[in-house]
Amino acid sequence: MSAVEASPMREKPRSGEPLLRLQGIVKHFPITRGIIFQKKVGAVHAVDGVDLDVYPGETVGLVGETGCGKSTLARVAMRLHDATDGTVLFDGKDITRMKGEGLRAVRRDMQMIFQDPYASLNPRKTVGTIVGAPLRLHKTVAKNEVKTEVQNLMELVGLNPEHYNRYPHEFSGGQRQRIGVARALALRPKLIVCDEPVSALDVSIQAQILNLLNDLQDEFNLTYLFIAHDLSVVKHISDRVAVMYLGKIAEAADGTELYRQPKHPYTGALLSAVPIADPNLAKTKQRIILEGDVPSPINPPSGCRFHPRCYKSKSLDAESQERCRTDEPELLPHAPGHVAACHFPLDARIIDALAETDPGSPS
Amino acid sequence: MPEPLLEVKDLRVHFPTEDGVVKAVDGLSFSMQAGETLGIVGESGSGKSVSFLTVMGLINKKSAIIEGQVLFQGQDLVQMANDELREIRGAKIAMIFQDPMTSLHPFYKVGDQISEMILAHEDISKKEAFDRSVEMLRRVNIPQPKERARQYPHEFSGGMRQRAMIAMALSLNPDLLIADEPTTALDVTVQAQILDLIDRLQSEFNTAVALITHDLGVVAEHCHHIQVMYAGKIVEEGTADDIYYRPMMPYTWGLLRSLPRLGHDTDRLTPIAGAPPSLIFLPDGCSFSPRCPYVFDECRAIEPELLPIDGHHAARCHLSLEDRERIVAQEILAPS
Repeated sequence: MSAVEASPMREKPRSGEPLLRLQGIVKHFPITRGIIFQKKVGAVHAVDGVDLDVYPGETVGLVGETGCGKSTLARVAMRLHDATDGTVLFDGKDITRMKGEGLRAVRRDMQMIFQDPYASLNPRKTVGTIVGAPLRLHKTVAKNEVKTEVQNLMELVGLNPEHYNRYPHEFSGGQRQRIGVARALALRPKLIVCDEPVSALDVSIQAQILNLLNDLQDEFNLTYLFIAHDLSVVKHISDRVAVMYLGKIAEAADGTELYRQPKHPYTGALLSAVPIADPNLAKTKQRIILEGDVPSPINPPSGCRFHPRCYKSKSLDAESQERCRTDEPELLPHAPGHVAACHFPLDARIIDALAETDPGSPS
Repeated sequence: MPEPLLEVKDLRVHFPTEDGVVKAVDGLSFSMQAGETLGIVGESGSGKSVSFLTVMGLINKKSAIIEGQVLFQGQDLVQMANDELREIRGAKIAMIFQDPMTSLHPFYKVGDQISEMILAHEDISKKEAFDRSVEMLRRVNIPQPKERARQYPHEFSGGMRQRAMIAMALSLNPDLLIADEPTTALDVTVQAQILDLIDRLQSEFNTAVALITHDLGVVAEHCHHIQVMYAGKIVEEGTADDIYYRPMMPYTWGLLRSLPRLGHDTDRLTPIAGAPPSLIFLPDGCSFSPRCPYVFDECRAIEPELLPIDGHHAARCHLSLEDRERIVAQEILAPS
């Protein structure tokens, strides 16, 4: 079942062991009734059996709609949530049930950048305090060197080190996100989880942050787990992309491959929904409008979780539709490094011209 | 050409503050024909929302200095008294906002909120108004509209709330719908649903739509005409093909190059250097000059005018047309 790791094709050479290995991760949030005697009446199946490997130096993109479990998965990997089932291996160590000093040491190597630069910085602390907090907590540098180190970090992410004593409200959205990046970088982690780091920013600022993340990756050999719902951003930054739907991985492949030849109908729909800033290219794409919303993760649909919204399944004969309804598809390889969980994968391209046209020129 | 539906002439909206006058909109002129879709693109603070809030008459005249004309079907909305404006607002010009979570009232049922809008403008019974609300919910593809109309906004998903907002906005069949970042807070799949819905309803009702967004992809697919705004002014306008294949203003180039695009395999994006200018202390000359890589002396001294290039295509830039055409061909459209 763990087919995501069986993906040999990639742009960057993958060295040895994965840095982060998620095996059969399940995270259910209980729904309880009663005030004193709490009785469990159900569960939100946020993540329901996910395997994912992230190798040193690569960027793995995680895409999906709101409520598909992508953030929960990242939080389980960071040990911010405890997994209901499954194991989290970081740098070869099982950290699933790790506690105390051991966990603290591991946390030094994994940091997070959050979506909203307005909400993730304490408005009553100066930049110096915010960026220096991890240094002070983990005592990785001597007390009298914290300021110098923070100023180095600020310079590294493109902030003026003289702004050390300023408060977050004195910065623009893009600069605040840089503060978030500096804080994540303070302990020189191996893995940074980026949870929608550019969703709240204007395009021009978004490009600055994406370039910064790329530069830092090259300089410090960072590994990113990059969560976003914007497929064009994910494709730009990621070596490999995993598409999640209702707590499971629907499809995973090398970035370019996934966009040229999606196999899972859900990926096809996501791709079709991305607005393309190129009128001629936009006219060539297949228009797929998904009906309705993501079903409730409290009672996920039987069989393939996507079947109630699947346009492909609806176009098939009754017997095949029955199969989608009852038989849950496994994540199987369809091409080298390309896995998808679908009984009847797509064969046509969604955006025909995507692979061939000379981009930008009117055809 | 027929009489335009909306004609904005040299509109200025200035907010006096303790620190100085914020020039949110500074000399804006454009027109819209009935049934067309106009896309307005720009960064935060470029004045795109403020200009359309002014069209709606939603800027408090006590806190802002509004100059110029907003002619809607020949009537000047800027000079109009509040009572008269109320007749037009909602019935002839309707608006949907970015955040459907905060623009519906959490204490009232969705159907009642739509009815309230209808009752404010038409002399019909509550029952009839409620039936019309249900009908509108059905038209925006909300399943089981009768039951849904009796529910509260928190029982709706984000996409459904935005649909309910659209139902409300279109319930009186307005001539102009202003959509201020209608899909920014939504998932791409839901965004596609909503934009598709707006397209469909537009052709059904022949409503003109002003689509305000910062997403160049959205305007490319859905708009006849596009305006690029920067620091309270239009810096370039034209058809989608003009803007994407023959852009003639360095700011538009910057926007196009900073966008990760599905068809383009670039390793590096080219962001626009710096940040948008303060609207209190606008730079002399061209307001984009401090961030423009092609800046020369004239740009810092004289403000360029919005000059026509061909047809509806116009741009504000001191560079010669030949230079701009060369830069577009060599640097902007050719993948680096």
